Amino acid sequence: MNSNLNLLIGLAMGLNLLALGSSRLPTLIRAMSAQGVILGAMPVLMDHEPDWRVALVALATIAGKGLVIPGLLRRAMRTVQIDRELEPLIGFVPSMLLGAGGAIAALALTHLLPLLPEHAGSLLVPGALATMLTGFILLIGRTKAISQVCGYLILENGIYLFGLLLIKAMPLMVEAGVLLDVTVGVFIIGIIVDRIQRAFDSLDTRKLTALRE
Amino acid sequence: MIPILQLLLRLGCWLLLAPLLPGIINKVKAWVAGRRGPPVLQLYYDLAKLWKKGVVMSTLASPAFVMLPAVAWVAVFGAAMLVPLGPAGAGLSFRGDALLMLYLLALARFCTAWAAMETGSAFEGMGAVREVSYAVLAEAAMVAAVLSLSVQTGSISLVTMLAPSVGACAGLLAAGLFIVLLAENCRVPFDDPNTHLELTMIHEVMVLDHSGPPLAAILHGAAMKLLLFAVVLAQAVLPMDHLRPLGAAGLLAGSVLLVTVAVGLVESLLARFAFRRVPLLLTTAFLLCLFALLVAWKGGMP
Repeated sequence: MNSNLNLLIGLAMGLNLLALGSSRLPTLIRAMSAQGVILGAMPVLMDHEPDWRVALVALATIAGKGLVIPGLLRRAMRTVQIDRELEPLIGFVPSMLLGAGGAIAALALTHLLPLLPEHAGSLLVPGALATMLTGFILLIGRTKAISQVCGYLILENGIYLFGLLLIKAMPLMVEAGVLLDVTVGVFIIGIIVDRIQRAFDSLDTRKLTALRE
Repeated sequence: MIPILQLLLRLGCWLLLAPLLPGIINKVKAWVAGRRGPPVLQLYYDLAKLWKKGVVMSTLASPAFVMLPAVAWVAVFGAAMLVPLGPAGAGLSFRGDALLMLYLLALARFCTAWAAMETGSAFEGMGAVREVSYAVLAEAAMVAAVLSLSVQTGSISLVTMLAPSVGACAGLLAAGLFIVLLAENCRVPFDDPNTHLELTMIHEVMVLDHSGPPLAAILHGAAMKLLLFAVVLAQAVLPMDHLRPLGAAGLLAGSVLLVTVAVGLVESLLARFAFRRVPLLLTTAFLLCLFALLVAWKGGMP
């Protein structure tokens, strides 16, 4: 049971590096959504007795992160007609090395945290830390709005992974609410991306920092 | 009697079978492109022809120009003799021979690069620079792979290091070592062995001024290096300890053939990468091997 779960989390950590190393936006979106699907399937695998509410939230997560959000992002990408991150603030090789270093540090330092004995052997906490770090690197290091949105979603994936630790204690309503928020957020960002493109003829968010009348 | 037979078997494998691999790759490429292609034994004919020819030397070059390819060939051959060949075993095995293998390969590269610069051609210097700068990254990946194997088996001798390993670690290692194989042997996403365009060549440009027997040594050494990497890749990934000798030999030969065909397929389906993107791919290989090391290390802990 635990080794299956660890394998899935390991896969999600591999997708982190793929997201950090790819310059093409479709690859980034695909990595992000695949990671969401993998994490969405996890509560079902973790739960010993089948529960319809857990299954429902898992299904909603998979549908939301695997289909709806990537669909919205691809549409936004098509309307603004870009598919590459050309000049990131942190280059692809450095960001991959940073992400890998973060993953290794998370793995090595997790045993210092006061964890429950049942979580000690699993990759949940290091995976969550590494995924959140990946999200931060994408948010800081990329200049295009769509890659930043993907970074934000990967950060959310990490937080979701952390939430799995508390799956017994946290009401499923909270999970469902977070999922709804994320979907609506991406929906709005899709509109904003279009507006940025119209106003500035580019998706470079650095242009948003200069004030003009 | 048996040790002599094994020695002959190993020598036969490394010296006689190695030139088959480039032939198979070319055949696969021709087959994918719908051509008939050169015969599989083409490299043997080339080697025989080159061996009979004389050496043309630039007036600038020192005698090292002829000697260095020989030294490089001997270094690659020495590295090959350290690698166990399935049931035939290794020619020489001692504690730490993995390090010697890495250093012998580095020595071979050093000699090729030096020989390339002997003629004083800026063009060949450029090839040497490219080769060596790729090697920095590829060697990091190779060192990480060797480390992960030694952590997994608790040994630094190639014979025991390449013994069974399965699971996530083997998968990561397979991917990482395959990329290293492509980079070290100057195959397609890194270098195009067919091209003779000055801006894209790496290995070909380094050996441009060699002729006759030294060129034969270089070509044979390159084929042997390809076989060496394919054998290391196959043995690091596949568990073949509990098989009978004949089955293990068959499995090894089959997997080396599979690796060769995969190289051919990669070569026909992929374009050569732009120079800027090469470090990214090599870093990926390094990270794959590093994560294999991590899995081996974490998996070993209770």
